[in-house]
Amino acid sequence: MSISRTENDAANRREYWAPLLELSAQEVFALMLGERLDTAPEPAPVHSLDVTSMVGLAGSLCGLLTLRCSSKSAALMATKMLGADGAGAKVQMEDAVGEVCNMVAGNFKNKISGIGDGCKLSVPTVITGSNYCLCTLANDYTLEINLLFHGNPIVISLQLN
Amino acid sequence: MDNISVLIVDDSSVMRKIVERSLRQAGIEIGEVFEAGNGLEALAVLNERKVNLVLCDINMPAMDGLEFVKQLPRVENAKGVPVVMITTEGSEGHVVQALSAGARGYIRKPFTADQVKEHILPVLAGSL
Repeated sequence: MSISRTENDAANRREYWAPLLELSAQEVFALMLGERLDTAPEPAPVHSLDVTSMVGLAGSLCGLLTLRCSSKSAALMATKMLGADGAGAKVQMEDAVGEVCNMVAGNFKNKISGIGDGCKLSVPTVITGSNYCLCTLANDYTLEINLLFHGNPIVISLQLN
Repeated sequence: MDNISVLIVDDSSVMRKIVERSLRQAGIEIGEVFEAGNGLEALAVLNERKVNLVLCDINMPAMDGLEFVKQLPRVENAKGVPVVMITTEGSEGHVVQALSAGARGYIRKPFTADQVKEHILPVLAGSL
């Protein structure tokens, strides 16, 4: 989806970033998984999210984008991405979630005028398990969106310096 | 354009499968498909094999896609082989960098099979 110059100006204001981040995720799921994401009515219980994918941002946007979901959702993402080759999806769920997180981060930064060139993405890192504390020094600005994938929660967070 | 051989370079094995499937959905008849997880592995494949098309990510460990494209003129088997970047790095600057380095096309992730067709067919038509 392309956006006009006026929309671009608006897109640079952080109060518009939540819908842009949600749109970025919805596009990735629609185009790469053939699936829709719904807005969650309430935040997900953290203990249910045992797969975390992280992509670092450096440059004009500096921080971290994380995508958290359950193992069940991660395996379903891999199945949808692999299509008929869904066999082995469980083995490849970390790969799939990492790539989804990477695409959401890239799609999001590409929607913000003037950011794309000056912002680099890291390769994704995926953590499994829920008993951990994620501490980032990029904590000046935090944005979190709660979504539903087949009724299961997905939480996407953007933490920036 | 029957049974072209393709090298797909991406650090995500899931994404390599998606790219291959998208090529088939785009109606491109594919013969052999080779895979590599980064630019170094891709160069090793091309030292051994000749392919008709290379599809390459940018952000990868060991050797990224832009460096890989710059190295290609040194590989005998890669001479004249078109490279199309498929990446999340979608800014104008990245596109210019990739094309300047020698890529013939650029597809932004996320993508549809139609977009793959739109970008790949002209590249293949010009090289086969």
